[in-house]
Amino acid sequence: MRQYTNVITAYLIMFTLIILVGIFQSWSIALTILNYCLISAVMTIGANIQWGYAGLINFGIMGYTALGGLAVVLISVAPVGEAWRVGGLNMIICLGVIIVMVYSIRLTLKKIAKSKNRNYLVAAIIIIGILLLRLISEPAIESIEAVEPAKTGFLGGLGLPVLFSWIAGAFLAGGLAFVVGKVALGLRADYLAIATLLIAEIVVSIIKHEDWLARGVKNVIGLKRPAPYEINLQKSPWFIDLVEKFHSGKLALINSVSEKQEVLNQLVIDASSVYVKLCFTGLFLTVVIILLIVTQKALYSPWGRMMRAIRDNEEAAGAMGKNVVKQHLLIFILGSAIVGIAGAMMVTNDGLFTPGSYRPMRYTFVIWVMVIVGGTGNNFGAILGGFVVWFLWVEAAPIALFFINLFTAHLPETNEIRVHLINSAPYFRFLVIGTALLVIMRFRPQGILPEKIIKN
Amino acid sequence: MDFINAIIVLLNYTIIPALTYGSQLALGAIFVTLIYGILRFANFATGDMMSFGTMFAVLLTYYFQSLGINLGIFPTALITIPLATFMMILYMLSIDKFVFEYYRIKKSPPVQLAMVSVGVMFVTQAIIRIIIGPADRTFLDGEKFILKASEFKEMTGLNEGLTIKSTQAITIVITMIAVSIMFWFLNKTKTGTSMRAYSDNEDLALLSGIDPKKVVLITWIIAGILATIGGVLYGLDKSYRPFVYFNNMLPIFAAAIVGGIGNPFGAFLGGYVIAFAEIFLTYAYKKFFTYILPEALEPNSMMQILSTDYKFAVSFSILVIVLLFRPSGIFKGKTL
Repeated sequence: MRQYTNVITAYLIMFTLIILVGIFQSWSIALTILNYCLISAVMTIGANIQWGYAGLINFGIMGYTALGGLAVVLISVAPVGEAWRVGGLNMIICLGVIIVMVYSIRLTLKKIAKSKNRNYLVAAIIIIGILLLRLISEPAIESIEAVEPAKTGFLGGLGLPVLFSWIAGAFLAGGLAFVVGKVALGLRADYLAIATLLIAEIVVSIIKHEDWLARGVKNVIGLKRPAPYEINLQKSPWFIDLVEKFHSGKLALINSVSEKQEVLNQLVIDASSVYVKLCFTGLFLTVVIILLIVTQKALYSPWGRMMRAIRDNEEAAGAMGKNVVKQHLLIFILGSAIVGIAGAMMVTNDGLFTPGSYRPMRYTFVIWVMVIVGGTGNNFGAILGGFVVWFLWVEAAPIALFFINLFTAHLPETNEIRVHLINSAPYFRFLVIGTALLVIMRFRPQGILPEKIIKN
Repeated sequence: MDFINAIIVLLNYTIIPALTYGSQLALGAIFVTLIYGILRFANFATGDMMSFGTMFAVLLTYYFQSLGINLGIFPTALITIPLATFMMILYMLSIDKFVFEYYRIKKSPPVQLAMVSVGVMFVTQAIIRIIIGPADRTFLDGEKFILKASEFKEMTGLNEGLTIKSTQAITIVITMIAVSIMFWFLNKTKTGTSMRAYSDNEDLALLSGIDPKKVVLITWIIAGILATIGGVLYGLDKSYRPFVYFNNMLPIFAAAIVGGIGNPFGAFLGGYVIAFAEIFLTYAYKKFFTYILPEALEPNSMMQILSTDYKFAVSFSILVIVLLFRPSGIFKGKTL
């Protein structure tokens, strides 16, 4: 128990902070922060598996998050029949062409000995394939995008329940990680960072500009939710009864019937949004706890020990007969798949898919700060990092505003410096996050909760 | 005649813009490569450092304009470059002193330094946004065009016009001057040689009495000059927006690695490779082909290899391909 005291203290402090937000700002905001903290925690678990367990640096988190989000659209949106009729067949043929291309390239690489001719053959296959793809897809894409462009203009999804998309997101992200890992894992650490950063950028630009897939920058709104809708809740009698019971003391003080009804209505509206957010919190918490148990078990299993051995000394682990390349690929896929789940969770939570919002600052670098601040190699630390950094990221602006007001209180309202500072309060979050990272790297490089090796 | 028209089309829409953009990338890429070669880490704050220097140029330009100082037909920003560079070098040296020096002395692995540079990136971005805000700003004044399309048409009697913006000419000329001075310094002076020695083999360089502190100092000074010039030229040619500068880090990295990281000349050429690839692969060649092909063969489509939306993706794909097949870069940089 003793070894867990610092973990428990750290988490208690974190939850107290969130509760304080609930008391001072509003419960709705506190729950929003908590939900995003939980999503960030899933991302940091994924990044921590790669960086903390295996020492692989993956700056492509944004790409996997976006793929997870894409999965939500592809799984849960109802299919657009008209679009399938006009262009579906061609798109399926295109998929076939891509598969044939990949297989024929693999075949040539396997069967023909390394030579100049082989390179030309591969290049020829790629060029012919791309020409074919454009020839087949161009008219189809045009006609798909012409189907009610204001509302649909894309193929739609499968129309399945949205929770399936979390699994699909994991598979999509894992699939991309397989390809990326196959080609890029041999690179030295900082090259791997740059390569993954740029590959993620390519993935996002494809999602942004291929409108037939997920409407691109036109966004998909009104996605399904695994939780009830506020409007329905406000109409259902059991919910109104529940709210009435919960606030009976407060309501009993009001005498007039019409006034009572008005207050109750307001309470129901507030409570419905809190209730929906609580539903999400429950779902996200389940995911975080399952992942935490699994990763914790894995970390202290023989497999986890092997991963640490590979991380600390690749040559020695290789000499002991461990297949370093294979294990690196495996862990790269696992970590990315978890990030994919987080991406799907986030889009589900927001109810909309906005490819334009995927930027490396928010989805790659902030996640990395979380992992490093929290504690690399320690799952509890990584999750805590997700909580702390997200909390700082959201609350930095109000806190900065408070301090700006405090320090410039003696200046008149219209003072230029004061107005300028107040207007730039949102940017203090970058300063806070950056300083946090620099301070932690300098004075506690192992993070708030350092890695713990339990020896049996 | 049609053939000349076709050439003019290419010059106007691809070659001149690519040369300009390539020069801007090249300056940034040399900055990345110098830091990588001598301080031995991938600097993720590259774009924001360039933005930081440019910010001073923008502010000083506004200040000079309010004083009524200008350079006539040249942009006022050119006189602000020395002052902006000075501020930039001060900033870089203080960052080095308070942040990077500790890890250099401890001999931390490059990954750790790269991570620290992410922290520097956040802080720099915050400072920039707090001082100047995230808005889009133009600070170009003076004569906009050297050669206007209509003037060119009158002069030559061709169908197609050729436009040369003054910023394009300024960019190319200043880049050439700055880069030649830098190569002269690196190759011919004693300090430059000691820098190259330090980059090649740190231990041997220390053994032969090279002062590492001096090498690091000179590196930051050169990096500061290049970063500011590159940033200002980009801002003059397009516009100044902090977010865009952060994004430019990616093609700059691509240029540095394609050219062989650690090799300044490679980085210089890498900038042009990336710029030309981006523009050639996303240009719609329809007009070009209508001129050179006989009428019967005229193309119906845009004749565009990739949509312009994928401009960035092109440079990243080149980088990925280079990393996979020739990780030391086209022009052989440091072996990995």
